[in-house]
Amino acid sequence: MVRVLGELWGFMEEKKLSHRVFMKNLWEIFVSFLKIGALMFGSGYTMLPLLSHEIVERRGWVTDEEMLDYFALAQCAPGVIAVNTAIFIGQKRGGWAGGLSALLGVITAPILAILLVAIVLLQFWDNPIVVSAFNGVRVAVAALITTAVIRLFRANVKNWFGIALCVVGFLIAVFGLSPILVVAVGIAAGLVAGRVRK
Amino acid sequence: MTYLLLFLEFFQTGLFSVGGGYATLPFLQKIMERYPDWFGSIQLADIAAIAETTPGPVGVNAATFAGYSAAGVPGALVATFALVLPSFIIVSLIARALEKYRENKLVCDVFSGLRPAVTGLIAAAAWSVIHAALVTGSLADGFWQAIDWKNIVLFFVFFGLMMLKKLKNVHPVFFFIAGGAVGAVLGLI
Repeated sequence: MVRVLGELWGFMEEKKLSHRVFMKNLWEIFVSFLKIGALMFGSGYTMLPLLSHEIVERRGWVTDEEMLDYFALAQCAPGVIAVNTAIFIGQKRGGWAGGLSALLGVITAPILAILLVAIVLLQFWDNPIVVSAFNGVRVAVAALITTAVIRLFRANVKNWFGIALCVVGFLIAVFGLSPILVVAVGIAAGLVAGRVRK
Repeated sequence: MTYLLLFLEFFQTGLFSVGGGYATLPFLQKIMERYPDWFGSIQLADIAAIAETTPGPVGVNAATFAGYSAAGVPGALVATFALVLPSFIIVSLIARALEKYRENKLVCDVFSGLRPAVTGLIAAAAWSVIHAALVTGSLADGFWQAIDWKNIVLFFVFFGLMMLKKLKNVHPVFFFIAGGAVGAVLGLI
């Protein structure tokens, strides 16, 4: 009887300890990605140096090669690349709960930042100086997006098949049809082309 | 009801936008066309500028801002969580299956078609942003009256600067600040 109780006690102690380790692990994942979310700007690519500093060098959770694999896969999965990368690394480190911790960590700072900006900015939205300033900002955005499209085109469109698909995607969107249709056409064309090549 | 619509729209955006922050723009554009009263006089380019300027991934920033302008703080939270929910489900499943399907041919085929098509999609969203920035009048008054010459000159100055190798690592926010300053000055004249 005493032995049984003793074993039970030991088991509970162990459980409690591992529970604490588990929670500590989740907390570390959350904090690491909180920092990354707060320090990254713009596209998912700005995340890479932060990841290799925080996750690879400081924490040692994944290797540089693994990180790049996750980053590449994150681009293929739907959604925001930085969020996808965070979920991959969180999953690797702590299963489903780890993935969730990483996800919550990486979006917390951006949500707070945007709320702050939105609450302040939207009050002055009709101010004439704000209106004409944003008129100038829009021109800068237009130029920036043009350079982004050129970069995407160079990276993703490599042959006549690609050019044709790119034009089809452009036309579908310009004529106001759903972006989902473009995704569907791209998937179908990729599968058919794969069959034909075989 | 607005919350439900916000959830559905941003869930779709998260599920179907492949290829990073800019890939959410075409979906955002569709949402803005469908629910103009959510956004007032805010334009797609404004959301893009705010998202690029604040910390965090552009897609998350854009969803939070759009959700806020549609339905306040709860709207911001609903839109953001709806955007990342599909990612959480799909990426978690992929992470589990990763070792099994690492070099699956079917998956590679799908992406070989998806990438160029999505590039075209993003180009279309870019076109609408460029159009909104450079054509400020009504085209019914004739092309030469509708276009804004000052903005066109400014566009090519910015574009030229951004394409320079030396300025490659300059953060976009500096161009936005410059654009805002020039815009404010032009507005005061």
